[in-house]
Amino acid sequence: MLTNNRPLSPHLQVYRPQLTSILSITHRGTGMFLAFSSPVLVYWLWAIAAGADTYASAQVLFGSSFGRVILFFWSYSLFYHLCNGIRHLAWDAGIGLEIATLYKSGWWVVAMSFGLTVAIWVVGYAARGGSG
Amino acid sequence: MSLRTPLGRAVGLGSAKEGVSHWWWQRVTSVVLIPLSLWFVFSLASLVGADYQTVVDWMRSPIIAALLIMFVISTFYHAQLGVQVVIEDYIHTEWLKMASSLALSFVTAFLSLVAVVLVLRVALGG
Repeated sequence: MLTNNRPLSPHLQVYRPQLTSILSITHRGTGMFLAFSSPVLVYWLWAIAAGADTYASAQVLFGSSFGRVILFFWSYSLFYHLCNGIRHLAWDAGIGLEIATLYKSGWWVVAMSFGLTVAIWVVGYAARGGSG
Repeated sequence: MSLRTPLGRAVGLGSAKEGVSHWWWQRVTSVVLIPLSLWFVFSLASLVGADYQTVVDWMRSPIIAALLIMFVISTFYHAQLGVQVVIEDYIHTEWLKMASSLALSFVTAFLSLVAVVLVLRVALGG
């Protein structure tokens, strides 16, 4: 579809990865993952509406090792997209656009997304009541 | 070559007369999703060991049901707006771009309607 030979930016093959660019593409990646996993939310609601038996089989599915791995990535993606989304909203307000601040807020997003993910799984396992 | 001033172009509504509405609603849904998604995931985590009746009783509270409906509508609208941009960025074949955009709109609208009906069904005890 290119109609001219103007250079494209950035050249991914020769572009040294930076925190800022990695966080940027991760925001899009987690957003896409969350969007494509959103039917699972509808499945969960459907299982509740369908009755105790269907809900029980959904619980088995979510509690399986495959289910837990997916839920783990889902929870991390949600927290990452949430934290970095706040960073985006700050930029929209014109706040934090200096390079040093971008890096500082970037590392803050990395720390908060992992921290919140650990917190949610601690809450989950506590609610389950001990034995995993 | 347009004779309009840069300001004139910036304050205009664009060729689709949509203006900044895509950008604006992406921000509106993201702001509302900050508290709603935190509330939703921590509710989910605390419901992990709960039996069926506890979950149903939780959803029958009018406040919880209303929050869930707000959450699913904001989520699917935000997802539609976000994936729309990804489609526009990466799909350069015109008919495919149009078809994907339409499919995205239909699927997200349908899923959010189904989700709302399901929440209401449990909340109103159908």
